Amino acid sequence: MTDILPQLIVGIFISAAASLLGVFAILKRMSLVGDALSHVALPGIALAIFFKVNPFLGALAFLFLSAFGIWALEYRTKLSVETIVGVFFTASLAVGALLIPQLELLEALFGDIAKLSFNDVLVSVGLSAILIAVLLAVHKKLALHMVSHELSSSIGIRSKQLELIYLLLFALGVALGIKFIGALLMGALIIIPAAAAKNVSKSLNEFMFLSVLFGVSSAVLGVYLSSLYNQAPGPIFILVGTGIFILSFVWRALIGRQR
Amino acid sequence: MPADNKLVLKVANLTVSFDEDKIIEDLDFEVREGDVLAVIGPNGAGKTTLFKALLGMTPYHGDIKWEDGIRIGYVPQRMEIETDVPLTIREFLRLRGSENFSEEKAHDAVRSVLLPEEILNFGLGEISVGQRQRILIAWALLGKPRVLLFDEPTADIDIRGQESIYQLLHHLQDKYNLTIILISHDLNVVYKYAEKVLCLNRQKICFGSPQDVLSPVQMQKLYGGEHAFYHHFGHADGHQH
Repeated sequence: MTDILPQLIVGIFISAAASLLGVFAILKRMSLVGDALSHVALPGIALAIFFKVNPFLGALAFLFLSAFGIWALEYRTKLSVETIVGVFFTASLAVGALLIPQLELLEALFGDIAKLSFNDVLVSVGLSAILIAVLLAVHKKLALHMVSHELSSSIGIRSKQLELIYLLLFALGVALGIKFIGALLMGALIIIPAAAAKNVSKSLNEFMFLSVLFGVSSAVLGVYLSSLYNQAPGPIFILVGTGIFILSFVWRALIGRQR
Repeated sequence: MPADNKLVLKVANLTVSFDEDKIIEDLDFEVREGDVLAVIGPNGAGKTTLFKALLGMTPYHGDIKWEDGIRIGYVPQRMEIETDVPLTIREFLRLRGSENFSEEKAHDAVRSVLLPEEILNFGLGEISVGQRQRILIAWALLGKPRVLLFDEPTADIDIRGQESIYQLLHHLQDKYNLTIILISHDLNVVYKYAEKVLCLNRQKICFGSPQDVLSPVQMQKLYGGEHAFYHHFGHADGHQH
C-alpha cells in the first residue's frame, strides 16, 4: 500500500480540483470546451520534449495561451466558443500526435503516475490546493455569472475578468491532470464526477460536495485497482467514474430528486 | 406628482449602436423620485437595450446621469435556466453576496414578495415562471434599491399572474418609496400603474402622462398600422428589444 501512497495523494488532490471545476463547466454548459482544451496540451508537450524541458511546463504554457485565446476571441467574433474550440483544438491533437515520439505519446495521451518524484507530488498537491482555494473564493460570483450573466453584471460583477480567471483555472487543472490521466481522458476527469453529482443534487452545495466526493473516490479506486492489475490508472478512473454516473442516473430515474 | 421632486435620472443625447446599427438614437428624458415610468414600444424598439445602457452593461454615447450613489435593482425579462439546475432559492438569494446575508433576511425577502417561506428549499428551476419573477424581484430588493428597473416578460405568464405582479410592485413602491422604471407590453398596465410614459421606437416618440400621450395618433406613430390599441402576442421564444 505504501508504494502507491504518492500516487494516491496526487490522485486525490488533482481529482478534487478537477471535479470542482466540472461543477462550473456544467453550470455553463461548456463541457466540450474542457474536453477539447485538454488536447491543446499535446503540442506543448511535444515542444517540451524536443527542447528537453519538463513536459508539464510545456503543457501549461500552451494551455494558458489557449485560455487567453478563447477569452479574447469570445468577445471579438460571433462564433460560439464551442465552435472555435472544436475546430482549432482538435487540430492540436493532430499536431501533437505527429510530433510527440511514440513512447511519450502514449504517456501524454493516457497519463502515467507510476514514477512520481517527490517534487512532482509537491507541485501537484500545491497547485491543486491553490486552484481549489481560488475557485472556492470566487464560486458565488462564478455561479451567479453562469446562471445569469445579466444579473451578475447588473450588480457590477466584472464578467470578463471572472471568465478569464475561470479559464486560467481550467487550464491549470488540465495541465495538472495530464500526468495523472493523460490529455485524452482529462476532459472526462473534469466532467464525469460533476455530471453524476448533478443527477442527484438539488442544491449548489450538494452539487459541489458530491462532485468532489465522486471524483476523489473514483481516483482512489482507480489508483488502487491499477496497482493491483498493473494498468494505467487513467482508464480505470474513467470506468469507475462512468459506473458512478450510471448509478446516479438510475437513482435519479427511480427515486427522482424529491426529498 | 409635484414636478419639483428630486431628479434621480437624467438622460441626454443617448445613442446606443451595435456595429453600424443604431438601436437608440438621441434620446432625452428624466425621472424624478417616486415616479413610475413605463417604457413602451414595438419589438426591437430598443427597450431592453435602454435598460442595459442605464445599468452600464452596454457601451453608449451621450449622458446618463443617475443621482450620486443611488442603488438600482434590476429584474430581467427572463432567465434561461434548466429545470434541474442544482441551485435552491435560498442559495440563489445568497449568491447576490449582500452584506450580512442571513436566514432571517432570506425569509424576509420571500415574504416581501408574498411567497411562502418553504419556497427557499425549492430549486430555482422547479418553480413556476411567475414565482421565479417574484424571486427575481426579491433578489433585486436584497440590494436595498431606491430605483427598480423591471423588464416585463412577454410570454409565459398568464394575465392574472401579471396583474398580481403589478399589484405587488405597487405595494412595494409604497412600502419602500421606490422609483420604478418598467418596460411594458400592455397598455392596460400602463394606464393603471404608470404616472409617466416614454414611447420608444429607436427615438423618443412621446413622453408624458398616459392620459396625455397615449392618443390614437401617437400610438399609430409608435406601432404603425391602424389599430390604436396595441396587443402584444407573446412568442414562446424570448426576444430582445
